[in-house]
Amino acid sequence: MAIKAYAGHEVDVNDEGFFTDPDQWRAEMAPEIAREAGVGELTDRHWQVIECMRGEYAAKGTGPTVRALGKTSGVGVKELYQLFPKGPAKLAARIAGIPKPRGCI
Amino acid sequence: MWTDAETGAMTGKIVVLGGGTGGTIAANRLRRALDDVEITVVDRDDDHVYQPGLLFLPFGLADRQDLVRSRRRQLHDGVDYRGCGVDHVDIDKNRVVLGDGGELGYDILVVASGSRLLPEETDGLTGPGWRGKVGTFYDLAGATALESALRDFAGGRLVVNVVDLPIKCPVAPLEFCFLADWYFRERGIRDAVRLTYVTPLDAAFTKPVAAATLAGLLAEKGVELVTEFNTGEVDGEAGRLTSFDGRTVDFDLGVVVPVHGGADFVERSPGLGDALGFVPADEHTLRSKARPNIFVIGDAAALPTSKAGSVTHFEGEVLTENVARTLAGQPLDASFDGHTNCFIETGFGKALLIDFNYETEPVTGHYPGPIGLPLLKESRLNHLGKLMFSWLYWHSLLPGRSVPGVSAAMPTAGKRLPTGDRTR
Repeated sequence: MAIKAYAGHEVDVNDEGFFTDPDQWRAEMAPEIAREAGVGELTDRHWQVIECMRGEYAAKGTGPTVRALGKTSGVGVKELYQLFPKGPAKLAARIAGIPKPRGCI
Repeated sequence: MWTDAETGAMTGKIVVLGGGTGGTIAANRLRRALDDVEITVVDRDDDHVYQPGLLFLPFGLADRQDLVRSRRRQLHDGVDYRGCGVDHVDIDKNRVVLGDGGELGYDILVVASGSRLLPEETDGLTGPGWRGKVGTFYDLAGATALESALRDFAGGRLVVNVVDLPIKCPVAPLEFCFLADWYFRERGIRDAVRLTYVTPLDAAFTKPVAAATLAGLLAEKGVELVTEFNTGEVDGEAGRLTSFDGRTVDFDLGVVVPVHGGADFVERSPGLGDALGFVPADEHTLRSKARPNIFVIGDAAALPTSKAGSVTHFEGEVLTENVARTLAGQPLDASFDGHTNCFIETGFGKALLIDFNYETEPVTGHYPGPIGLPLLKESRLNHLGKLMFSWLYWHSLLPGRSVPGVSAAMPTAGKRLPTGDRTR
C-alpha cells in the first residue's frame, strides 16, 4: 500500500500501482498514470478502452480480461496490444483507476 | 404456485440444459430429492464423453470407445431426455426455444451446458496444418488425431500452448508435458525431443505454492517454460506461434489448447451470459445473476473457480438444495466454497494431488485428513486414485451419490496451511 499524487490529488494504490479505491480516480489523472506505466499519450482509442473498463467495473465489480475487453470495448484484441503493450487488461485497469482484473483459475 | 396447497408437495417443471457432468449430476440429484417435479434434460447429442480420459488417449493409455457412453442412460428413471439443440432461452417468459422450433416452459432452469472450444478465434489456428502439425487433445477428434501424430513423431520440438484462460482443467496441459516426457523416454527417443510449455500466465500455474512445485517438476523433466506469451497467431504449416507482442516460438508438433467460450445458445439468449458466453452466478449459491429461477452448474458458470469435474461434483449438493429451496420459497444455502480437487498425472505411474477452494490455495499435507493421499507430492497412490476415479465417475458421481470420505466442502484437517495467511 502506498499513497501517490496524480493531478494534484493524493490517492491510495497497492504495491503494483493499482487504485484500491476507484472512487478516488479522476479523468485528469489518467494521462499521468499512463506516462508512468509506459503507455505514452492517450488517444481517443485509449479512452474508449478506459471508459469501457470503468463501466465494466461499475457493473460487475471486476475489470474484464483482454478477451472480454476485445468483445465489449469495440477495440479488437490486436489493437489493444498496440495501445497497451504488454498486457492491455492490466495496464488499462491501472490507468482507469480500478483494481487489477481478477485472474482466471 | 410451486407448492401444492392441499398436499404441501413441491411441484414444478425443471429444465436442465446439457447432459454432461453437471447436467447429469443435477438431474439425478434433483430426481431423488424432489418427488412431484417434472425434470427434462436437453442435449443435442447422446455422447457423454469422460473428459479426463482425453489426456491419456494421445499416449495410448486409453481407448476411445471406453470414454463415450450414452447421455440418456446415465439419467435416472423419471428424468425426461430431449435430444435436441437449444436455440435460445427467453428469460422473461421462462421458456427454452429448441433448435427444432419446439418450446419448453420452466419454473426452474439449470444451465449445465459446459464450455465450447473456439479454435477459430485465434488467427491461423484452424488454417493449414490444423489437426495435423498442430492439434489439441481437448476434444475426442483432436485427442485421437494426436495419438497418431505422437506415434509418428521421430524427434524435434513439441510445444504445448495454452492460448488464454479460462480453460477446462487448467492442469491438463501441464500433465500433457509430463506424460510426453514419459512417453518419449519409453520410446527411447527423449534426447531427440525438445519439450516446451508456453503459457499466458507469469508462472507455471495460477496459485503460487502449486506453481512453484509444478515449475520444479517441469525443470526436473527437462520441459522449457515460456511465460507471459499471449498467442495472437498460429501458423500450422510453418510451425510457429506468434504472440501479440511479436515474440515467436517454433514447433515441429504443436499441441494447442484453444480459447473457450460458453455454449452458443447462451450468446443468443439476451441477459443470460457474459461477453464470453458464460453465465454469471452467485459464487456461494449458484443462483444466476440473470434471474432468481435460473441456476448454473459446472463449466457453464462464470465463477472464480476452476472449470473442472470435481468442482461440478461438489456444486451438485448446493445446487440441488437451492433449487428445492427456491421451489419452497425459502432463503438459499450459501455454502459452496469453490472446492476443487485435481489429480495431476506426472508420468511413470505417479501423480500429484491438489485440493483448494476460493479462500485457500493448494498447499502440502494430506487429503482428506492427516492420513490420506499426499498433497502436492508425487506418489503412486495418487496415480491409482486418478485411475479409480473413472469408475467412481460413472457409478457414483453421475448417479448423484456421495463418494465416501469426500465432502463438498474443502477439508482443512491434514493441510499445512500458512498461519493467518489465507490467499486467494
